[in-house]
Amino acid sequence: MPEVKNRQAVTGAQAIANAMRQINPDVVAAYPITPQTPVVEYFAQYVADGVVDTEMIPVESEHSAMSAVVGAAAAGARAMTATAANGLALMHEIVYIAASSRLPIVMPVANRALSGPINIHCDHSDAMAERDSGWIQLWAENAQEAYDLTLIALRLGEHEDVRLPVMINFDGFIISHGVEVVDFLDDEVVKKFVGEPKVKYPLLDVDNPVTYGPLDLYDYYFEHKRQQIEAMKHVERVYKEIVDEFEKISGRRYDIFDKYMVDDAEYIMIALGSTAGTIKYTVDLLREQGHKVGIVKPWVFRPFLKKELQEVLNGRKAVIVLDRSASFGAEAPLYEAVKSALFNVENKPLIGSYVYGLGGRDIKVEYIKQAFEDAFAGNLNPDEERYLGLRE
Amino acid sequence: MAELKNWKELPIGGVIDKPATAKEYQTGTWRVIRPIYQAENCIHCMFCWLYCPDQAVEIEVVDGKPKMKGFNYYYCKGCGLCANVCPKTNDKLPEEKRAIVMKPETEFQE
Repeated sequence: MPEVKNRQAVTGAQAIANAMRQINPDVVAAYPITPQTPVVEYFAQYVADGVVDTEMIPVESEHSAMSAVVGAAAAGARAMTATAANGLALMHEIVYIAASSRLPIVMPVANRALSGPINIHCDHSDAMAERDSGWIQLWAENAQEAYDLTLIALRLGEHEDVRLPVMINFDGFIISHGVEVVDFLDDEVVKKFVGEPKVKYPLLDVDNPVTYGPLDLYDYYFEHKRQQIEAMKHVERVYKEIVDEFEKISGRRYDIFDKYMVDDAEYIMIALGSTAGTIKYTVDLLREQGHKVGIVKPWVFRPFLKKELQEVLNGRKAVIVLDRSASFGAEAPLYEAVKSALFNVENKPLIGSYVYGLGGRDIKVEYIKQAFEDAFAGNLNPDEERYLGLRE
Repeated sequence: MAELKNWKELPIGGVIDKPATAKEYQTGTWRVIRPIYQAENCIHCMFCWLYCPDQAVEIEVVDGKPKMKGFNYYYCKGCGLCANVCPKTNDKLPEEKRAIVMKPETEFQE
């Protein structure tokens, strides 16, 4: 384990802004939106203080922010932005264009409930609305992971076999504004890890002129979509290479899935983001009472790499999936993905779907226990969606 | 028409990785009306060459002056802009007096 030299108590927003300072991107274009605002605020201070070389563009909307970083990335710049909720929704059109133009933009998203009614607190509806946009989605449990995944995201997106934008999801307020202890890497170590920007078809290379965003009709659009599908297939291999390298410089291990107490677990809960921390605590409590429980948390949600998940879940008694967003009239996004993955599993576990925490509703240990207890009693119905912390 | 490439052969991101690839695009297949050039009525004003939205008007330079040569039907989409801007072509003139006559493409099918 490398020696920790720089341990600080910071918010998740500060941790991400510090990662951005260490990356020193060529261009950052952003528009403030709660709870993303402090990320850009802290970073703007670095720009004002002259500690980064970044061209900071204070744009008039998120649509413009994403458009500006698309232009910058096409030019060959290392470009970043950050947003949340309605800001991400306003970006939506250009979010797809960033992915289909194969521009490795890195964007932390402070997950917040989409309006309406208007709400500024955490849920995952913003990111889930972009899950089919062609962006890689990484999900952080805490400020440390948000910092680490931002650095990993940069390498992953720029890799020549990937060339895709990457979203780092970190729960609004819970991670963005909560103060935690974070171990930062040395500036020089990060500089070496991220390396020089790896560019492809840069517009600024005037000796090799290229056209971005041409009309692409029935004769070629389908082929370009197939290329995006292929790029997502390369993510697993490239991610594993990068996290191996990251472990060597940080001592911290990131896999496709974070697996806690799963080796002998009969009951496994699956959840994204900060709630995984509360589940780990609950798992410890239930283990003390003799229950064989564990948790699997996807660090990578898009692409959804189900092979490893199938191996982990095969033969368990029950799997409980917690979603912090709903899919109105259909199954919740994470549950749908997990349930689909289980179709080919030899010994299928019982499975149940629980939606929780919409609009920042607290997720309590008692709620998590309640879902586990349903599983212990065999009281799970794969076609029934249940709700934790809702007044029925 | 250039041969259609498969997804493994294409540059990623819909990028066109070299300039002037429009030269390979046979837009002439879109044409439903065809401009016919009648050189004896042409005053070589170059309006048709200037207004043509593609590269379908062929010219040559003779004694330092541009001369209309005719239409390139590989590119001509049959939009009729050339006939519309031609000062020697209008509906009141009999066809044999016009510099450009627009004719249905069906007349040229075998």
